[in-house]
Amino acid sequence: MNVLLDNLDLFVTGFRNTLLLFVVSGFFALILGTIVGAMRVSPVPAMRLFGTIYVNTVRNTPLTLILFFFAFGYPKLGLPSVSYTTLAIIGLSLYTATYVAEVLRSGVNTVPIGQAEAARAIGLPFTQTMTLVILPQAFRAVLPPLFSVLIALLKNTTVAAGFSVAEAGAIRANLSERGEPLLIGLLWVALIFVALVSLLSLAQRAFEKKWRIAR
Amino acid sequence: MSSVLFDTPGPKAIIRYRWIGAATVIVVAGILAFIVFRFIETGQFTEAKWKLYTFPRVWEQILQATGATLSAFAVAAVCSIVLGLILAIGRLSDHKVISVPFTIFIEFFRAVPVLILMMLMYYGLPPLGLTFVTPFVSVVVALTLYNGAVFSEIFRAGIESLPKGQGEAAYAIGLRKSGVMRLILFPQAIRAMLPVIIAQLVVALKDTALGFLITYQELLYLAKQFGSQAMYGSPIIPSIIVMGSIYIVLCLILSGVAKIVEVRTRRSPRSPKEEVAPEVTTTQLLGVQYGDHSGNQAP
Repeated sequence: MNVLLDNLDLFVTGFRNTLLLFVVSGFFALILGTIVGAMRVSPVPAMRLFGTIYVNTVRNTPLTLILFFFAFGYPKLGLPSVSYTTLAIIGLSLYTATYVAEVLRSGVNTVPIGQAEAARAIGLPFTQTMTLVILPQAFRAVLPPLFSVLIALLKNTTVAAGFSVAEAGAIRANLSERGEPLLIGLLWVALIFVALVSLLSLAQRAFEKKWRIAR
Repeated sequence: MSSVLFDTPGPKAIIRYRWIGAATVIVVAGILAFIVFRFIETGQFTEAKWKLYTFPRVWEQILQATGATLSAFAVAAVCSIVLGLILAIGRLSDHKVISVPFTIFIEFFRAVPVLILMMLMYYGLPPLGLTFVTPFVSVVVALTLYNGAVFSEIFRAGIESLPKGQGEAAYAIGLRKSGVMRLILFPQAIRAMLPVIIAQLVVALKDTALGFLITYQELLYLAKQFGSQAMYGSPIIPSIIVMGSIYIVLCLILSGVAKIVEVRTRRSPRSPKEEVAPEVTTTQLLGVQYGDHSGNQAP
């Protein structure tokens, strides 16, 4: 307990940065993921192709490698220099977007094709087919896995600590400077993560219950 | 073709799709061209920067580093599957005294980031006198604990996805619980979950890259080392291209195996017919990795 209380400043800044990375990258990942997911289910072959290539490549790339590129490679490219935090956010967003895209695509695919055909048969135009029939059903199938993606993102933010972002994973380095017992400090970090993840899975379960459909 | 989202296109729509397709190609080509242009502009493709990669000695080292990555992965994969089996059996126990601690164990290691686990091993244990904890041990143990917890959830989800009658019939012909598990439920569960298991192995392979952050001498470590050779013009980007490609190819191969297995499992007459098969793996995998206790595929 003392390790936590004596170094509360470290833990607070660390986890504040973790949450900052989580929220901002989550936001951009959702936007980019929606675009890529839409590309993957679009009727245009070129869009589907590029969407598939992007998702398959990035999903098979270690996140460490992506952040490695942004931390060490990007500064050599003569582009406007930005902070390590921004670079980490870009990397995390690009990586998480592929998972968002996959979840959205599989959500749309869980809606039986008969639903769309029936909607068209009773004369609903495209927008109403979407907003009244397809998307409400897809949304419910998407919600639980989407929360899982967000939980994964929260845990993945620690990787950024290895690339000069002062977030929860970096608490260790600062603790060792102060000569505190590392094992206990790291156990506290682990416990706080367990608490944060539990919070998200509670929200996940609450939403799941609220939006459950009986088919 | 027709899907939930759109109908089979008519002549007007086909022309419109072509225009959109052309626009997409232009945008993507533009982005790629910009990246390649930046690489050329900053001299990433010059001979000087790639000279390092003409030496056989360098490639030997790369081969060694690949070996380091693969050996950490192989050991962790085997150990975590064994651990997963043990944890699954423990969690499925009928005795609360056994199943509750196992559940807490599984939930804990599923929720803690793998990197934090590695740091716990590598920085936390040696001061306590456990000096045998090398980076290799930390990487393997952390990956084993995390993936073991996930595998146990995969097995459990697999068993719960089986029809209730399977277990009941096995009990009815007089098998004991150990027999029911060993002979009836686990073989079917593993078979049903094989694509998910391999997909999780890909995750484990990707996570070996985290070893770089605790100084495990694998591919990224080497990339950093080569990239800072001032004598050869600090070829960090060529290094990332080389090592990154190796990583991506390794993962793609394993993912390809997962895909093949998935298609074969689905084609086999023994597996139940599913309407939405190809997307199930991702969703199931995410479900067992984090939260989502229903563990089942989408409705």
